[in-house]
Amino acid sequence: MSTHSISKGCFVFKPPSKKRRVRQETASNSTERKNDSEDTELRFASCQSLWAQIKLETEKIQENLNKQLLDNLVSFLRRSHSEFQEKTTEWSCQMKSREIPTAALVLGVNVTDHDMTFKSLSEVLQDDITPYVALLEAKDCPGIKNLMQKLMGQLMNCCIDIDEDSFEDDSHVQVSQNKIRCSMTSLINWYKSVMKKTDSETTRKKRNSSSRHWQSPPVVVIFKDMESFTTKVLQDFIVISSHHIHELPLALIFGIATSPMIIHSLLPHSVSSLLCIELFQSLSCKEHLSTIIDKLLLTAWCPFKLGEKVLKVLINIFLYHDFSVQNFIKGFQLCIVEHFYSQPLSVLCCELVDAKKRVNTLSHNQCENIRRLPSFRRYVESQVSENQIALLTSDSFLKEVTQKLLEDLQLYHENYVSVLRCLHVFTSSLPKYPLGKQIRELHCACLENQVWETEEYESSLQLARMLNKSDLVTMLQQCVEIFVSSSGKEFDKTVEKLKEFLTQFQELEAEAFEEDVSVSSEKELQKKTDLYHLQKTLLELKESRRSKKLTKFEMLRFEVVDYIDSLVRNYLVPADHKTLYEVVYFNTASVLRGHLNAAPRTALHTALNNPYCYLKNQALKSDGGSISNKAPDICIAYKLHLECGRLINLVDWLEAFSTVVMAVEGPKADAASSDQVDHIIYARFIQAVSELIFLGFIKPSKQKTDHVARLTWGGC
Amino acid sequence: MSQPEGKVSGALEVKFVPDEAVLSHIADDAGIKVRKDKAQLAVSVKRFAKKLENISDDEAQEILAEENYVAALGTCAQDPVGNGSGVSGGEVYSFQTPKCSSKMAELASELAQTPGQSVAADHFKCPEKTAKTPQSSKRSGSNKVQQRSKKKEFLSTTPYRLRKRLAAPDSCLESESEYSASCSEEDDEEDQKEVSTVLSGQKTPAKATAAATSPPRNALAKKIKEEKMSSLVEEYFEAHSSSKVLTSNRTLQKLQTRRLNQKTLHDLLKKAPLAYAAEMKKLSQQHESLFSKWMLQLHLGFNIILYGLGSKRDLLEKFRTSVLQDSAHLVVNGYFPSITVRSILNSITEEVLDHIGSFRSPLGQLEFIHKRFKEDASLELYVLIHNLDSQMLRGERSQQILAQLSSLPGVYLIASIDHINAPLMWDQAKLRLYNWLWYETTTFNPYVEETSYENSLLGQQSGSLALSSLTHVLRSLTLNARGIFRLLARYQLENKDNTSYPGLSFQDFYQQCREAFLVNSDLTLRAQLTEFRDHKLIRTKRGADGVEYLFIPVDDSTLTDFLEKEDEDV
Repeated sequence: MSTHSISKGCFVFKPPSKKRRVRQETASNSTERKNDSEDTELRFASCQSLWAQIKLETEKIQENLNKQLLDNLVSFLRRSHSEFQEKTTEWSCQMKSREIPTAALVLGVNVTDHDMTFKSLSEVLQDDITPYVALLEAKDCPGIKNLMQKLMGQLMNCCIDIDEDSFEDDSHVQVSQNKIRCSMTSLINWYKSVMKKTDSETTRKKRNSSSRHWQSPPVVVIFKDMESFTTKVLQDFIVISSHHIHELPLALIFGIATSPMIIHSLLPHSVSSLLCIELFQSLSCKEHLSTIIDKLLLTAWCPFKLGEKVLKVLINIFLYHDFSVQNFIKGFQLCIVEHFYSQPLSVLCCELVDAKKRVNTLSHNQCENIRRLPSFRRYVESQVSENQIALLTSDSFLKEVTQKLLEDLQLYHENYVSVLRCLHVFTSSLPKYPLGKQIRELHCACLENQVWETEEYESSLQLARMLNKSDLVTMLQQCVEIFVSSSGKEFDKTVEKLKEFLTQFQELEAEAFEEDVSVSSEKELQKKTDLYHLQKTLLELKESRRSKKLTKFEMLRFEVVDYIDSLVRNYLVPADHKTLYEVVYFNTASVLRGHLNAAPRTALHTALNNPYCYLKNQALKSDGGSISNKAPDICIAYKLHLECGRLINLVDWLEAFSTVVMAVEGPKADAASSDQVDHIIYARFIQAVSELIFLGFIKPSKQKTDHVARLTWGGC
Repeated sequence: MSQPEGKVSGALEVKFVPDEAVLSHIADDAGIKVRKDKAQLAVSVKRFAKKLENISDDEAQEILAEENYVAALGTCAQDPVGNGSGVSGGEVYSFQTPKCSSKMAELASELAQTPGQSVAADHFKCPEKTAKTPQSSKRSGSNKVQQRSKKKEFLSTTPYRLRKRLAAPDSCLESESEYSASCSEEDDEEDQKEVSTVLSGQKTPAKATAAATSPPRNALAKKIKEEKMSSLVEEYFEAHSSSKVLTSNRTLQKLQTRRLNQKTLHDLLKKAPLAYAAEMKKLSQQHESLFSKWMLQLHLGFNIILYGLGSKRDLLEKFRTSVLQDSAHLVVNGYFPSITVRSILNSITEEVLDHIGSFRSPLGQLEFIHKRFKEDASLELYVLIHNLDSQMLRGERSQQILAQLSSLPGVYLIASIDHINAPLMWDQAKLRLYNWLWYETTTFNPYVEETSYENSLLGQQSGSLALSSLTHVLRSLTLNARGIFRLLARYQLENKDNTSYPGLSFQDFYQQCREAFLVNSDLTLRAQLTEFRDHKLIRTKRGADGVEYLFIPVDDSTLTDFLEKEDEDV
């Protein structure tokens, strides 16, 4: 069946047999390739499990980060309607309760992450405060009517859910749901009826299950994207509901992406005075990202690692494009998929225990794959000749070595993380941050090349040598903590050494105190000095300082810095110096960039200007970036149209076009066929022009007959 | 030597700048010693151009470095489908500068010159022009920004190029030249004759750079960086403020080539051999190797979007036939002129989910689909959309609904876009829902199917379409009704030269119809007109005085054709 039609735009195809395959199956099938010896299924499975694990982890992180915010919100909502609870009749309360309690939730510009926050928010609210939570989005509510409809739909639906597990016979409430006129009154009636029911219910059930919610829980309405709501809808809703606040305990939550000022610019004073607004600030997305990186990338548990370039691409997309942590995670997922898809040896990218087992079952082809890895070749070359032969010929020996190498790699990662954190403790407090403020920058620098060879590292060591004592001591203490908490066994000695430094510093302190005393006593002796003597002593002091040996503190400081330096040199070797790093590192940044941060205009531009980039034909090759006249029609038409201003005369264009095309075809055209040729060229021209219209470079213009208007600025 | 050439273009103003000044300016810019020896001037200019090339290369890199995040994103040189990802944005689309139309002809003649062939381009009667060695057409765009003729807006760079090329200037321009721009050229040429002793009478350094064979923009760019922005803005508004259009008045009607209809166009195109078929095939083979990857990624929750020059229809068709045979899928021709989101959703609910009944709103329908997919986890649907960015689907609401549809767990979307501004359709929220993975699939295939519906271009299709619909509708009407319509058509044609012709007022029309014995009361006429209006054969509008005016919304040539045909029939 073809999908060409002049009367239809949609074509549905259903498989002839009704059998439906399970999704997983198709997915794994699609990974299958000619070479089945590369453990595709295993790879797919480990990819899936890894991703599931990471997803879980990221969600957990997000939850933890939002905990504070959610707690605040919950307590706010609890407070908000306590008056309503107690049914107080005090005058002041009555006055105040005209106001609708409102939480302004400032979430930041990373709109794409908000969904997660709202989801967890509504879950928490439903668990702790009230079953009546409605989430509204601007796109669903172009008018107040739609808003009410949506609101009631959500509220009454949630009430259905509750009813269904308790009572079957009470379903009359929902049946009429569609017919109820969507007004505030009907909403109040609904609320009252629900309350009555729950009242009777709870008395019967002795208030066991629903005791989490109070007797009359508030109705929480969440406006997900406050900025996109039309002013009128918001105003109407607020004014109407403020009239009924006594009967319906309403609480609003505004999701705000920009700044809290927007409330006042959206709502006039008369309306905003009906709200009792409290401000809540969510965690900034940058902190969120740092936590994600900290917990996901800088840990030993995740066997999959990102290469330096890839990480930079992801971070840059985050910083320059969207500030979206979700997109960062999406990029991370893509990295995993790409890695497991393209690297046959990624089958070994899993927990060390599993990896060792898997090494034993590797096929011969996979062994060859290992031998082909550049890092492994380097390793082989560094071995003695017998070993070399064994590695290259015997699969079993290779497997043994591979196991050992994988172990090394794992160990390297564990140590790497601890030392990196330790170095970060030092560099993050230096003035001007030569190695970056964030640990991710330091991580990138370490991955890129040997960090101790960089200038930035030099300068930061210099600066570290000038740290004062108290800073140094606190840093050392932090380092000790890091090493103690790390899983690496090698650090016992390091910890000891650092502790030794610490005690030395303490001793120094005691000594210095004594010295201090002596100096002051000395000063007392030289009380009477004239200018001449003073100058002299100062000069002497200067001399002595220049020639003098370093003080003990300075010596110790040097020692500490040198020790840290040695740690760095030992443990922060860039990953690509390690054997078998290809197994766990994903480093093809170009792929990632192409998929996530594509530039369709640039591609179009290149194709039109330099078709040789794509069509590798010698005839198209030309110097200096220009195109030859043998280029495809659309390129020629495009090139010609660039020479024009705002409007293009089609006749001129056609003429120019045929000049070019005729030149290619040569002067052979004799009189008889020239008419035919003309027609063909004309047709080609029309085709090229309509393609340019289709691509959006030009459009037909009514300004002058047979003219088209350009839609792009300027040429190229 | 400044001469007041008060010939035609008042906009033109020629100013003399002594060579020394020019040279010193150049020397300033590039830091080369230019000998003041006039005899060697040409040589030095050439050298200058060459030097500029180098400089500009360096500076291009500098600019790239400036946009450090582009660099940081790590352009990969060994990308197999290497595109110009290194091209910076400013290079791709910059401001438009005023140009005159003859530039196109210039470029055409340049391009027409192939080294091996001596072609006499008969359209251009300037043998001198064509006899010159082909100046490799400069990479435009980049330098165009810099071709700021400092003097006046429409003193374009062309005159200089002409001057450079023509040793003995031949003012013979294209026939029928009524352009003001061409006149300005002639002015310049005359002007140039007087300066002819100096071979290259560059007036401003900007022009000199324009002549350089490579993009020399950056050499200047640095110097005028500050003033650049403001002048760019000025230029933009200059280019767009002038209501005067500087193009020739020739129309397609005057060409002998008659207008082609859709069918002949296709036949003719079929006769024309497809260039570079082998290379294109190679390209599409490259893309086809990705099919299994696409499937994997679709299943992992991504959606695939294809971009790049050339029709991606065949590629998607191949994907469909080779991979999707065993699963339910929906193909949407986005370029289809009357496609709507409604129809897409309808075909999902009715044909895929076998649901009978209608929905009040697309949102409700979407909810229904969502529910069904949630209930039945084994349900899956591949949606292929050719041209997601088409006229009908690019609206905000349509995109929102499609994005929501694509985010359903069992729905896998693979779509293509072609329009240069297509990515502007989506905001962050929609992008999140779509969860795109971008794939560049440049195919160079002609957009045959996609453009076949485009009936606005050049009027030739719309003419034939309108004509045939006219005749079809009228054939089904009574003789009197046809008479009424013909009357209106004649009247309209009689007034075609009157630009302020508002249409035929109802009263006049009624009078005329009565006189021709076509109607007997104005009620009958009104009934008849309603019928016409329903078929969109006529349109009415109210004049300032409240009188109803009638007219036929078809262009004159079609109307003439129609009347001729009608007369034959009668």
